[in-house]
Amino acid sequence: MERKKALKESLTGYAIISPWLIGFFFLILGPIVASFYLSFTDYDLLSSPNWIGFDNYINILTNDPRFRQSLTVTLIFVFVSTPLKLIFALALAMLFNTGRKGTGFFTTIYYIPSIIGGSVAIAVVWRIIFGRNGAINDILTTLGLEGMNWIGNPDTALTVLILLVVWQFGSPMIIFLAGLRQIPTELYEAASVDGANKLQTFFKITIPMLTPVIFFNLIMQTIGGFMIFTQAYLITQGGPMDSTLFYALYLYETAFEYLRMGYASAMAWILLLIIAAITLLLFKSSSRWVFYESEGGR
Amino acid sequence: MKKKRTLSDIVYYTFVILFGFVMIYPILWMVMSSLKPETEIFGNAASLLPGEWQWGNYSRGWEGFGRTGFDVYFRNSAIVTGLVVIGTVCSASLVAYGFARINFKFKAVLFACLMATVMLPVQITLIPQYILFHNVGWVNTFYPLVVPAFLGGQPFFIFLLIQFIRGIPRELDEAAIIDGCNKFGVFYRIILPLLKPALVTVVIFAFMWTWDDFLAPLIYLNSANLHTVTLGLRNFMDADGGTNWGPLLAMSSLSLFPQFILFAFFQKYLVQGIATTGLK
Repeated sequence: MERKKALKESLTGYAIISPWLIGFFFLILGPIVASFYLSFTDYDLLSSPNWIGFDNYINILTNDPRFRQSLTVTLIFVFVSTPLKLIFALALAMLFNTGRKGTGFFTTIYYIPSIIGGSVAIAVVWRIIFGRNGAINDILTTLGLEGMNWIGNPDTALTVLILLVVWQFGSPMIIFLAGLRQIPTELYEAASVDGANKLQTFFKITIPMLTPVIFFNLIMQTIGGFMIFTQAYLITQGGPMDSTLFYALYLYETAFEYLRMGYASAMAWILLLIIAAITLLLFKSSSRWVFYESEGGR
Repeated sequence: MKKKRTLSDIVYYTFVILFGFVMIYPILWMVMSSLKPETEIFGNAASLLPGEWQWGNYSRGWEGFGRTGFDVYFRNSAIVTGLVVIGTVCSASLVAYGFARINFKFKAVLFACLMATVMLPVQITLIPQYILFHNVGWVNTFYPLVVPAFLGGQPFFIFLLIQFIRGIPRELDEAAIIDGCNKFGVFYRIILPLLKPALVTVVIFAFMWTWDDFLAPLIYLNSANLHTVTLGLRNFMDADGGTNWGPLLAMSSLSLFPQFILFAFFQKYLVQGIATTGLK
């Protein structure tokens, strides 16, 4: 009897999660298997896939300068923009946590770029204001500095895109703010009784108590950084001279412009491995610097 | 002591206001420049005030270029976004209820799968999904953009709702069962009404992300009459090669209008959603 009831509950459970279950098998698991298979083939969408073993992987790793360029660009981008974004996010969260009036209004203002920053509209704006006759050069000239061709110059094009994503520090800022509000005030009171100065409280209390949130933001922003596509596609088209050829952009070109589906699938798997390795490294390192209260502290 | 406080207040507010201005300058610039004549967008680039108000940019932009106007793009975006929001709300809430409240075999394994997909880069599934939709003849239709939302949508949303349902007392479920509700009845009569605040967050994020989405429409929609606003702006920018910046900025501003409205009304929920789950 009990068994029958459990079976019935199981079936009801499956019926209720069935939309996700179907989606998971057809849109995630199936495609993952297919993608793995395709990565060992030559496939142009028109004729049937042609098994070529490890050729795609070998070619990508040994024989494709654009792959190396795209990986370099993406790594530079991630390792420059993520720390900058988090530093801004933390600095402003600290500032907004001082309990002054009107902080709600200002956090909202600072959060707006995070909400709309990935849109095509903002890409259009970026392309114009960083253009030769754009607002940035106009401001620089007014300040007596020399303007430059930001987007057309291989040395500065990546900077323009880094500025665009760093500008969107609002959502990590809000997560930091929520984290800061969780820190018990007694800790600060005790520190001030002990005569600690602001710098000491920051490094001995705020930062350690915030490490779980820092870790979370670091993981999310790093993974997000590898995915950048829309902005580069619209603002620089990967150029000039491949200086903004992000990994996702090169993968898109390979798959949907040159219809090299097998090669692009192999690229996707390499990307997955790189992201997995970096995430794993971050998780491994976290035991040394992330402080969880429930463990009693170290 | 008092004086010191006032001085630090002055420094604080000066900084926060100035930096806030820098933060929203690009957005203000977009809206104000959409009202400038062409010559001023570049000739008087940094200024936020148009010397001459050019409302005609909006009507010229609305006509789009070629044969497709922005009325078509906005209608397509509205259809896609509307269906995605409906699909996400229906499927994600039901699935979350299943995971939070019902015991079924392999639940732990399936939950682990759900969480793993939260982290999975889109690039892994992008190509085979495209091939799948290509083979069933769905390329150049709205189906590839809309159907996934009805099949659970973003795993993030399911996770968010599971967390929320876990906070609802189980006694409510049990009382309803005693009153003769079945599991689905419990979902519909008890859980769903209590889920409203969390669903608002899901609706807003699903709307924002779908409205902004560029990659999926770019891959799946070929015909101009199916293009969404994001593709419409891209077409406009590329086709005119910089000769029609005023109308382009007008349409860019207009494309953000629904998001601004939503933001203005629901920013509390957005901020809460971010703060509690770390979305985006």
